[in-house]
Amino acid sequence: MTAPKLIKAPAYWSRAAIVPGIVAIGPMLPGTLAFGMAFGALCAQKHFSLAEVEVMMAFVYGGLSQFVAVQSWPDHLTVSSIATLALLTLTVNIRFSLMSASLRPWFGTLPRWQAYPPMLLVTDGGWLAATRYRDHGGADAWFFVGGALVLYLVWLVAAVPGYLLAEQLADPKKYGVDLAMPAFYAAMLVPAWKGFRPAIPWVIAGAVALVVHWLVPGWWFIIVGALSGAVSAGLMEPPAPKHGHAHD
Amino acid sequence: MRMTEMLRSDVMVAFAVMTAVTVLARLGGYWLMGYVNVTPRVRRMLDALPGSIIVAAALPVAVNGGPVVMFAIVAAIAVTIIFRNDFIAVITGMVVAALARAAGFGI
Repeated sequence: MTAPKLIKAPAYWSRAAIVPGIVAIGPMLPGTLAFGMAFGALCAQKHFSLAEVEVMMAFVYGGLSQFVAVQSWPDHLTVSSIATLALLTLTVNIRFSLMSASLRPWFGTLPRWQAYPPMLLVTDGGWLAATRYRDHGGADAWFFVGGALVLYLVWLVAAVPGYLLAEQLADPKKYGVDLAMPAFYAAMLVPAWKGFRPAIPWVIAGAVALVVHWLVPGWWFIIVGALSGAVSAGLMEPPAPKHGHAHD
Repeated sequence: MRMTEMLRSDVMVAFAVMTAVTVLARLGGYWLMGYVNVTPRVRRMLDALPGSIIVAAALPVAVNGGPVVMFAIVAAIAVTIIFRNDFIAVITGMVVAALARAAGFGI
């Protein structure tokens, strides 16, 4: 267990991992469904057509960024208001670039035409589940793609009942929908816990994110906090290797 | 309803721009990483990424969300430690928050 895990098996495609990949994102499904429904309801209130909502679900495919954008949707779209929406989307979704970057050591051995399309499906839940699979030595690319495709389809469908039931779902907080993502995040932290020392970057990430959240308007706190945590992990020298197995 | 009313062109332009930015983020990180040598230091950075993103994204929202949100997240973590089940954790977080709000705690 103490061996450095620099070298892992190269990626391959085998259908055997599709079902395990779907099972792994299972816990995300109620939250995704609830979040998608709440989003559909919000769009109905903001007088988007259902067709427009589905176009947004299918192409933008970033739940939090869609929510934030629609909540601050301008009355009149101009070049400058569209630029504002683009910046907002960028600050919320730039974390996807860190996620896809971290998948490169895994997917990098695949041909480009097989490696890039799956990156379009990177979301928090799918990526977290795939990262945990990779940590345990998994290499089957279908694990990530299978789970990510199901998340995508559920997301597409979820907005429809929400849009149609907009009246009843006007307040997502009433059903705790706003807790779906944070609770899933928290649940993913527990198995990632490997002692106090590896958690120091998390503390730095959280502290920086809080400060940026207070000082800078918008959603910059996610990317700045996440980068601070990762960089601090890179700067920390690894602990001296333990000798033997006697004390393990 | 005519197609022009169902899919307003200015809304489609805004969606296209938002899509472009998001696709750029998703593909750009992967592309850039092709020029990075995965040294042990970079490996440590990548290994710290999941926890860092989670905490950076969730902590300010939780603090901002007030006692109900924080309590619901603590409940989700506690349930995960006990049952080791993500599904139960998500349901617990949502139910605890919904019940607390129904009981009149916070917003």
